[in-house]
Amino acid sequence: MNKTFTIIKREYLSRVKKKSFIVMTILGPLLMAALVIVPVYIAQLSDSVYEVAIVDDTRLFYNEFSDANNVKFTDLNIDVDSAIELMKAGKFDAVLHIPTTAFQAPSTLRIFTEKAINMNAKLYMESVLRNEFELMKLAHAGIDPETLKATETKISITAIRMLKDGHEQTDYPEVSMGLGIFSGILIYFFVFLFGAQVMRGVMEEKSNRIVEIIVSSVKPFQLMMGKILGIAMVGLTQFLIWIFLTFAIISMVSVAMPDVFRFTPQENIYISASQSLNPGELQQQMQQIQQHNTAAGQIMEGLRSINFGIMIFSFIFYFLGGYLLYAALFAAIGSAVDNEADTQQFMLPITIPMIFAIVMAQMVMNNPAGPIAYWLSIIPLTSPIIMMVRIPFGVPVTDLVLSASLLILGFLGTTWLAGKIYRTGILMYGKKVSYKDLFKWIKRTD
Amino acid sequence: MKYIFQATNIYKKYENHQALTDVSISVPRQGIFGLLGPNGAGKTTLIRIINQIIAPDNGKLFFLDEKLQPFHIERIGYLPEERGLYKKMKVGEQALYLARLKNVNSSDARKSLKEWFEKFDLMPWWDRKVEELSKGMQQKLQFIITILHKPDLLIFDEPFSGFDPINVNLLKSEILKLKEQGTSIIFSTHNMSSVEELCDHIALINKSEKILDGRLDEIKSAHSNQIFTLEIGELKEPLEKLLTPFATLLRTENGANDVVKARVKIDKGYNANDLIKHILPNAHFHGFREELPSMNDIFIKTVTGKYPMELKEEDLKKHLEDIDSPNQVINQNSPS
Repeated sequence: MNKTFTIIKREYLSRVKKKSFIVMTILGPLLMAALVIVPVYIAQLSDSVYEVAIVDDTRLFYNEFSDANNVKFTDLNIDVDSAIELMKAGKFDAVLHIPTTAFQAPSTLRIFTEKAINMNAKLYMESVLRNEFELMKLAHAGIDPETLKATETKISITAIRMLKDGHEQTDYPEVSMGLGIFSGILIYFFVFLFGAQVMRGVMEEKSNRIVEIIVSSVKPFQLMMGKILGIAMVGLTQFLIWIFLTFAIISMVSVAMPDVFRFTPQENIYISASQSLNPGELQQQMQQIQQHNTAAGQIMEGLRSINFGIMIFSFIFYFLGGYLLYAALFAAIGSAVDNEADTQQFMLPITIPMIFAIVMAQMVMNNPAGPIAYWLSIIPLTSPIIMMVRIPFGVPVTDLVLSASLLILGFLGTTWLAGKIYRTGILMYGKKVSYKDLFKWIKRTD
Repeated sequence: MKYIFQATNIYKKYENHQALTDVSISVPRQGIFGLLGPNGAGKTTLIRIINQIIAPDNGKLFFLDEKLQPFHIERIGYLPEERGLYKKMKVGEQALYLARLKNVNSSDARKSLKEWFEKFDLMPWWDRKVEELSKGMQQKLQFIITILHKPDLLIFDEPFSGFDPINVNLLKSEILKLKEQGTSIIFSTHNMSSVEELCDHIALINKSEKILDGRLDEIKSAHSNQIFTLEIGELKEPLEKLLTPFATLLRTENGANDVVKARVKIDKGYNANDLIKHILPNAHFHGFREELPSMNDIFIKTVTGKYPMELKEEDLKKHLEDIDSPNQVINQNSPS
């Protein structure tokens, strides 16, 4: 046991001290944030102004286009051909031609360009013209646009789950979906990332020929477990630092830009609204609710409804469980082969259940309490991913207990299996190993 | 307690071949025990069994008359034939780590590592990565790691492969020093000249079976061909005539001061005493000694049934290839 600890310590420290680990751990959350912010920033910054000339033969619409999003509109009260000549001379990037027949036959609308069209500009012009044409049609039909606007209604039904203990709970399925798929994918990446590290570590020891020196001091199983557990600690360290940094970044942002995170809790309003019998008061409160019903407010509200303690705890559990289950198999593969190229044939059976789980995640989100979701979150090969997808929607405790126990049994099983392959594999050189050999190694009893 | 290690009636079978068949060895204390045999004979399997890396199918193992148990590995040091280290790990850190795995406590390990590093001029490399060391220095480091925990039994599998002659001598003298200090050593090799130089006992394994076992000097005399070299001054009668009833003259050579060197094979039914008795009155002796077969000859004789000089050229070539092949195997398998 003492020696296993020595091995865990080496495996952990040798990885944590690496520059690449330190960089990834600290920059990871920053890179993620940058990935979101930078493209937006660049889009705002870099594009040169796109010059559009408007040739409006109807003289009805040229005023409706306003410069925005790096697109600039210029009204040219001349004929199309001259405008095109100007464009060819380099004065404009595009010419929008609204012929007199445009209103009756919108298909006669044209945009002339020399280079490929700027899609943003095209979509913008289309939306302006659609809007104007609709208004004109309304006017023809004698409908006041204001009346029409007043009839527009946005529906978003609030899902209330009646909990067994008598409480009601507002569901935010969109938020749960996002969070579920995010944690599922994170588990997938963690398992593969660190599982592959186990495999490479085993292969390194084998090709370095240090393995025979080590197994003359410790049991092969101790060496394998030491490596698997050491790398698990590396994964946990990285995850916890990421969580910590993310919360630190969020709280820094919320101090710097308090508006983003400020909102009134909705539940209070719902409760007072339902208690109130006065129709006038109700209407007033409805308006209040609508004010808070912005998209950002919804998301924040949804996030508040998630129990992050449980999320983080179950993430750590399912990460560790899934990792241990697969890492043992990765170790077995690493021990059986002489080089990276030979790993391919054995990787397939490991990758398939994981990829299958990711593919099925969509279906599980649509019906998080259905039979597919249930079974995939119980079977240990897929449960680490699928259970994480389900948890934000709320999962019965019995499902959780069953899934967790099976996962523990699952990784004990794969570890036992892998140990048998490993102790033979690490001493086997220069032989291309087949599945048949692996089965023989498993059956061997010494 | 005459023997540090005993293995009795060991059997080991792999999927498609028998690696060891009824092999028994007894390794005497404070001696060097040569484990010899052609490639694929089962030497490495036996060594792995002694190190408890693999278990035998059948047979008993004893360490100092106790049944061999897991904790005994801390009293054994093993330098495998196929050996390497973590390339990216620092030299000192790595040596400490491997010593910790043999249950040496950190401060003891550090202290004796420093002594050995000083001795082998490795001290300036303590904080460098192993990949920066030359091959010879890596071998020295591995040797240090093998003996650092002061084992009672040392097992060297082809220890000299990859060493230059200077380091081979350094290593040989260290091995002999360890023997003086009371360490018992198992020494597996194809290099017969180093066997003659170092070993007190040998066991020869061929095709999974032990075919020869005993003290080196006894084995050598048992394999005597009864060939003697005579150095003779004046002769009263022609040598051939003098030898006729007892022995055959193989070759003569004229040395300095009219001394003749003669290589003589004594015929069956006679011994050296008969020869001397007969020649002594007729000649002036300068020297007389037995020409014992080399370990190389005995090895080839035992494995093939014939002495090298009796083998046809192509047979000999084949056997020499067998003997040389471990180096080829290393080349094929090395990751580069």
